[in-house]
Amino acid sequence: MAECHPVGFQWVMEAKARGAKVIHVDPRFTRTSAMADLHVPLRAGSDIAFLGGIVNHVLRTGAYFRDYVAAYTNGPVILREDFRDTEDLDGVFSGFDAGNRGYDPSSWQYRGVDVQAASGQRDLRFEKLNESPAVPEAARGESHGAGGPTIGEGEPERDETMTHPRCVLQVLKRHYARYTPEMVERICGVPQDLFRQVCDLVTENSGRDRTTALAYAVGWTQHTVGVQYIRAASVLQSLLGNIGRPGGGILALRGHASIQGSTDIPTLFNLLPGYIPMPHAHQKQDLDAFVRADAAPKGHWGNMRAYLVSLLKAYWGDAATAENDFCFDYLPRLTGSHSTYETVMAQLDGTCKGYFLMGENPAVGSANAKLQRLGMANLDWLVVRDFSLIESATWWKDGPETETGELRTEDIATEVFFLPAAAHTEKDGSFTNTQRLLQWHHQAVEPPGEARSDLWFTFHLGRIVREKLAASTDPMDRPLLDLTWDYPTSGALAEPDAEAVLAEINGRDAEGAPLSGSEQLADDGSTSCGCWIYCGVHAGGVNRADRRTPGDRQDWIAADWGWAWPANRRVLYNRASADPDGRPWSERKALVWWDAERGEWTGHDVPDFTKDKPPGHVPAKDATGPEALSGTDAFIMQADGKAWLFAPSGLTDGPLPTHYEPQDSPFPNLLYGRQRNPVRHLLPPHADNRYQPSAGEPGSEVFPYVATTYRLTEHHTAGGMSRWQPYLAELQPEFFCEVPPGLAAERGLTHTGWATIVSARAVIEARVLVTDRMAALTVHGRRLHQVGLPYHWGPNGYSTGDAANELLHLSLDPNTHIQEAKAFAVDIRPGRRPRGPAARELVLRYRARAGIDAETGTEL
Amino acid sequence: MGVRTWIDSWPVYRQLTGTDPLGRGAAAKSGPSGRLAPRVATADRVVKSVCPYCAVGCGQNVYVEDGRVTQIEGDPDSPVSRGRLCPKGAASLQLTTGGAREHRVLYRRPHGTGWESLGLDTAMDMIADRVIEARRAGWQWEVDETRTRRTLGIASLGGATLDNEENYLIKKLFTAMGAVQIENQARI
Repeated sequence: MAECHPVGFQWVMEAKARGAKVIHVDPRFTRTSAMADLHVPLRAGSDIAFLGGIVNHVLRTGAYFRDYVAAYTNGPVILREDFRDTEDLDGVFSGFDAGNRGYDPSSWQYRGVDVQAASGQRDLRFEKLNESPAVPEAARGESHGAGGPTIGEGEPERDETMTHPRCVLQVLKRHYARYTPEMVERICGVPQDLFRQVCDLVTENSGRDRTTALAYAVGWTQHTVGVQYIRAASVLQSLLGNIGRPGGGILALRGHASIQGSTDIPTLFNLLPGYIPMPHAHQKQDLDAFVRADAAPKGHWGNMRAYLVSLLKAYWGDAATAENDFCFDYLPRLTGSHSTYETVMAQLDGTCKGYFLMGENPAVGSANAKLQRLGMANLDWLVVRDFSLIESATWWKDGPETETGELRTEDIATEVFFLPAAAHTEKDGSFTNTQRLLQWHHQAVEPPGEARSDLWFTFHLGRIVREKLAASTDPMDRPLLDLTWDYPTSGALAEPDAEAVLAEINGRDAEGAPLSGSEQLADDGSTSCGCWIYCGVHAGGVNRADRRTPGDRQDWIAADWGWAWPANRRVLYNRASADPDGRPWSERKALVWWDAERGEWTGHDVPDFTKDKPPGHVPAKDATGPEALSGTDAFIMQADGKAWLFAPSGLTDGPLPTHYEPQDSPFPNLLYGRQRNPVRHLLPPHADNRYQPSAGEPGSEVFPYVATTYRLTEHHTAGGMSRWQPYLAELQPEFFCEVPPGLAAERGLTHTGWATIVSARAVIEARVLVTDRMAALTVHGRRLHQVGLPYHWGPNGYSTGDAANELLHLSLDPNTHIQEAKAFAVDIRPGRRPRGPAARELVLRYRARAGIDAETGTEL
Repeated sequence: MGVRTWIDSWPVYRQLTGTDPLGRGAAAKSGPSGRLAPRVATADRVVKSVCPYCAVGCGQNVYVEDGRVTQIEGDPDSPVSRGRLCPKGAASLQLTTGGAREHRVLYRRPHGTGWESLGLDTAMDMIADRVIEARRAGWQWEVDETRTRRTLGIASLGGATLDNEENYLIKKLFTAMGAVQIENQARI
């Protein structure tokens, strides 16, 4: 955090100054470790074993927050008789379908009740609820869900004593019973006494009077089990009562100014604004069938139809009517995953012919960078919008494949348009930061030359396309022509008014007046709203993202700076900061509470609960949506109002986090017979995306070292915004790798000399930094050296070097389709890498030595 | 220069006669130092902004003079950052005004070996034509007899330092085109 979010880290230091203990769990020693009370180096890719070990400690010692768990989690809920755990089936859960490389999740449901997830894979239940088959798509979790129970009546069956053998808490205990300190030591390389210190610090600092926060970044998400890493943290924090309370939570430290915003208002294939799922292709699908399958009968997702209809009204305005299902049919449909990595495959097979890159540099920034470039080399046209000539704009003349002879510039038919982009100082707009806070930035000057904002580009591209198609009678063009696309523009450049777009996102009532909150949204077409969770950011016609009351003139919540979704609430699920009766768990940790005299929730933050719903409220039997939530259902987005220790729905790879080894790992899985996540998302075989043998398989010794990638303070992501800045280039002038002294001795690597690093995909070179910062660990009883690879580089700009992402494979998390960049296996040797065709020959020799073919590493 | 001014310019004299007997402040200051002013002092405007790098969201003050950005500093008012910027945020003046930024449209024709210049309006028109063509070429009303109403001919991958309003228009326009391969850094 001190490396990559240095200014945010000041608050960790403030907490430390007041007595907080700081634990840093990371394979490398960083500026964060230097300031921490405890640094815990572990093997990259072993975090579920580590977190599962803490969960086991908490359950075994009874250190969990019993009153919180009983009231606010699904710990007391009883599961179905036919559920089988990985403990029973040696590494798979019940419902495993080897033929389709997926799970039928129906046996994971609560007994007698069928609940929907608040996020994740919500289409799993479509077929069951609509008796309509989906487009078959092999190996995709989205296509599963046939069979299973119908929606149950009433509440899930519970055992308030949490002793029933099939209640969630007991299932959890059995699932993690073998995640002992000894096992953590062997798998993660964390000595038992160090691990026990972590367990003691975390449990002593959790409960009524104290809370513990977990902060993470893509070191947890970029794995074949990335979502389950976060789920493991959720299980731990829910057990300890650390969610919805001040100083608690699981905090994603996101790495880009508005990456939270680009998920909320998604440019993502599987989402519509506000986390409404994109529809999958199903027969007999209309608006009602879609909502029936994807909404939840209880909780705030029960109002999904209102959110979606209001979005369709924002998109298609007067053309969206009740008679035509509010143009629901205008939405394109998914058939499985269409993530950026499938897009590359679609480019390679010629399906995808045109590609826009808007501020993104996949030629060095995405996993298996070579495949990205080969995909682009097979396009008809490519539009790159950026500040400088990044590698994604110039690969056709100076990419690594032109050096190896695999591509020849004259043979590449791709037409490339480079359009200069405007900087943040040259446009109005809002960023959503990592704590969901929208902050407005104002235009200071006009963009230079032909540089333009992406708002300008998108608006005018749409305008021109619509003009060219204006006379079309083809039904495929109706969604474009019916689109509301009349934003006011101003100035010599005809820049669209960003605040007018924000006003559309906020939403309007039937009279066109700005809405003040999402509870006003209607499902009859009388309201429009471009993103229901942002409803209220423009309440009263005021741009609340631009509120700037100085921090020193506000209390610690600082509610008058910017606007946090939803409803300017700073801590989500904060009803859980009070006990079931509505009193703060302790005065020290008071955030919101029930004011019985005034009959409302009140406190320091905006209460995340219906304002006048008393703690003792029991909903009517026939209530639906938010009305069906009781006075203690603190987790209001969840279909059962509870935090999920066990996820009965929404995940493709199991209801409980389970340790699997990374796709490429030098070690066997000590816990189960399954080496890797059996339903990890493997892309179709490709000659440049070979996987490696893992421990126990012949050839694994060819790649004996664990490698991980990360960022440095002085650079940003793939370098597009930092390698062209002279100060930053001077601070970190070139690519390097970090290796421990033992590895340097073992392989003859010299400090400041060169190293060649090889995987089954690629070979790269880096300057060597021999340092104790990469601690050697004892894993599975043997000495393990890890290689650290900051991934900011490419050949362009002032600060240059090979791209670490060349080494990566495309084996993805099956829920998020995110690559496994944070744990893989390599070989490292002294000296510079070969040039020209010899570079590719070296990789092929390594593959031959390791016996790698198209089948390697693809087993279930 | 009068005698008084001459004597006053002598640090030892100021140290002995003034309020700085240890000679560590005003007495030690030279004329040129005394005349130094912050480069932001002459700014015409201070524009409120937010750092474009990571997602902490540090406040920035953007100083504008004669229609140019002359300095970017941390905004002390921000309860998020209290005026601090990290090395990247502090380098955002170079990001926004540096010489490595391209200001003109560039075009590489199929099989071309170098960049050519192209007007922005021409580029926009050409891109619009290609969008229409690729969209039609990749159009799928159905897949396996199930309605999809989409195109796989066009894809987009965005960064995650775009504004919410920009992402909103991108998703809206591309969805109306029927494109589903719309992605951003959050996937990566």
